[in-house]
Amino acid sequence: MNQPRTMFEKVWQRHIVAAADDPGGPELLYVDLHLIHEVTSPQAFAGLRATGRKLRRPDRTFATMDHDVPTDPRPFKILDPEAASQLAALAENCRDFGVRLAGLDSPEQGIVHVIAPELGMTQPGMTIVCGDSHTSTHGAFGALAFGIGTSEVEHVFATQCLWQARPQTLRLNFTGALPAGTTAKDLILHAIGRIGTNGATGSVIEYAGPAIRELTMEERMTVCNMSIEAGAKAGMIAPDATTLAYLRGRPHAPGAEAFGAAAAAWLELASDEGAAFDREVELDAAALEPQVTWGTSPGMVAPVTGAVPDPRVITDPGLRQAAERALAYMALAPGTRIGDIAIDRVFIGSCTNARLEDLERAAAIVRGRRVASGVRAMVVPGSQAVRRAAEARGLDRIFQEAGFEWRQPGCSMCLGMNPDILQPGERCASTSNRNFEGRQGAGGRTHLVSPAMAAAAACSGRFTDVREWL
Amino acid sequence: MTPFTPLEAAVLPLDRAHVDTDQIIPKQFLKTTERAGLGRGLFFAWRQDPAFVLNQPRYAGAHILVAGENFGCGSSREHAVWALMDYGIRCVIAPSFGDIFYNNCCKNGLLPVRLALPDAQRALAAGRLRVDLATQTVIGAGPAIHFEIAPAVKQRLLEGLDEIALTLRRLPQIEAYEAMHP
Repeated sequence: MNQPRTMFEKVWQRHIVAAADDPGGPELLYVDLHLIHEVTSPQAFAGLRATGRKLRRPDRTFATMDHDVPTDPRPFKILDPEAASQLAALAENCRDFGVRLAGLDSPEQGIVHVIAPELGMTQPGMTIVCGDSHTSTHGAFGALAFGIGTSEVEHVFATQCLWQARPQTLRLNFTGALPAGTTAKDLILHAIGRIGTNGATGSVIEYAGPAIRELTMEERMTVCNMSIEAGAKAGMIAPDATTLAYLRGRPHAPGAEAFGAAAAAWLELASDEGAAFDREVELDAAALEPQVTWGTSPGMVAPVTGAVPDPRVITDPGLRQAAERALAYMALAPGTRIGDIAIDRVFIGSCTNARLEDLERAAAIVRGRRVASGVRAMVVPGSQAVRRAAEARGLDRIFQEAGFEWRQPGCSMCLGMNPDILQPGERCASTSNRNFEGRQGAGGRTHLVSPAMAAAAACSGRFTDVREWL
Repeated sequence: MTPFTPLEAAVLPLDRAHVDTDQIIPKQFLKTTERAGLGRGLFFAWRQDPAFVLNQPRYAGAHILVAGENFGCGSSREHAVWALMDYGIRCVIAPSFGDIFYNNCCKNGLLPVRLALPDAQRALAAGRLRVDLATQTVIGAGPAIHFEIAPAVKQRLLEGLDEIALTLRRLPQIEAYEAMHP
C-alpha cells in the first residue's frame, strides 16, 4: 500500500524535473504557469536580452499591468514618468518575447491574483509562480503557488523551472463555523495573530477543517492570499465541489468534454487520510470576532471588541520591541479600545479583498448610509471583470451615493505605487494585506480589516463592530 | 555573480526584529527598470532620522549588516537585495529571514547567515567580523560560530556561478519532463 501523502507532496512530486544533488538539497521543479507584471519583470527581461537567451514557454507565461497603474477613469495619461516607462517596458518585452499581456486597454486587465483565477488559468495541482509574494492566493484551488524574486523570474523565463528546497508542511485545522458578521479575512488575520508573522516560515500551510470547507472560492483566495504574512512559502486548500463549480466554464479551464476527467484528477489531490504533516495547529472558527490590526505587522491584531495591547505584557523580546515601535508609529496608546480609533481614509481593494463578493459585502453595509464627514473612502475593484459585474448589480451606485469613490482596477493603495496614497499621519481602514510602516504612503497608518468592517468604519468614522449593523 | 571571498569588515548593527522589505526599500524606488543605483533608497524612511545607524559616521563603510529575527519578511521585491548591495552590504546576519528574501540574497551573491539568537546578539555588538563561507564560520563575536547553508547554494556563492547556465545543462531532463506532461 502506498504511503499516505499530503496534497502538497502530491503536487510537488508531480513537478520534479531533476532530483536534488545532495540529500535535502534543492530539487528542480517544473512551473506550469508564470504570471508577470510590470514591477518585478523588467530586470529579468534585461537578463534574457543580455545573455541572448530565449523565453522558453511564452504559452505558459501571462502578463498584466497592475502595480503602477492609475485608477482614474480611462483613458488617462500616466503622469508619473517612471511608472509610464515601466508599463511601456512591459508592453515592449511582452511583444518581443511573445507573451500574452492583459494591458490597460484589455477587458481582462486587473490585479494578477484576481484575473488568473477568474480566467480559469489557475487550476488545481498546478505549480504557479509570480514575482509577487501574494502569489499564495492561487493555492485556494489546490495549486502550489508562491512568490519569487526577479532572478527567479529570469530563471523561469529561461528554463520554465526553479530550484527549490522542499518546505515543511503545516496544517491549520479550523473547527466550527464562522459566526455571522465574521469573514475569511477575520479568520486569516486571527490565524496570523496566533501563529505569528514568522510562524509558518519555511512551510507550506494547508488550510483544512469544516470552516474552510464552507468557504466560497473567493473567500478561500482571501485566506491563501495572506499565507505569506505568516511567513509561509504557500497556502493550499483541497479542491472540492466548490472548486469545480467555480472553474467550470471559465475561458482557460478545460472544456466540457475534458472537464470530467480533469475534475476527477483534481479531487484526487486532497491529502490522504493519515498523511503526516510536520506540524498541525487547531483553531476554533466559531469563536472568531471581526478583527482589526493595531500595529505595523499583520500579526498585531485584536478583535473589534478588544483593545490595543500593552507592550510590557509581551514576553518575546523581539515582539515587544516591535510592538513598542509600532504603537509609536501608529500614534496609539496601550489600552485604547479598538472602537475608539477614528479613521481618515478607507480603502476597499487589493488582491486580498477586491473580488465581487467582497464588494457585495461592503455594499450591503453601505446601502442607505453615508460616508462619515471628514472621511475619504474609495473602492478599487480587483479587475475589469469584477468592475463590470459590480456595476451590472448597481454596486457602483450604492458606493457613490454614499460618498465613496468608485475607481478603475489596480493594486492602488495596497502599496501606493500609483497616485493613490495616504498622506503622512492619515489613518486608514484598509482591506489590503500589509500594515507595514509607510506601506500605503510615507507616514500613513494602516489598519487591516474585512470589507464589511471597512465599510462600517467608513460610515461611522471609527472602527465599529459590523455585527451590530447586520 | 561575484564569488564570495572571505570578508572582514565593520558591522552595521540594526537592532530591530521583523524588518520587512518595504522598510529596506520603499515602493517609490520600485519603478526602476535597472538593478543599479538603489542604495540611495535603502531604509529611506528610517534614514530621515539623523540618529538612525546608517547616518552615524562610525558605521560608514560597514559591509556586514546584523539584524533581528525574520529579517526581509513581506514583499518579494528583489530590489531590497539590490539596494543593500548597492549600498555596500555583502553579508546579512540574522537569527531568521523571510524565505523569498533569503533566496534573493543567494541569487545575487549577498551572503545571508542564520545564527542562533544569542550568537546574533553577540554579532550585533561585535564592531568588526570576519565571515568565511568556505569554512562556514563567523569570527569576532566570541568563539568562532559555525553557520549552516545548503551545499548547492554555498558552491554557487563561492564560485559566483550563473544558475541559469547550470540549469540549462539539464535541458534534456526539462524536455523529457515536457514530453511526459504536455
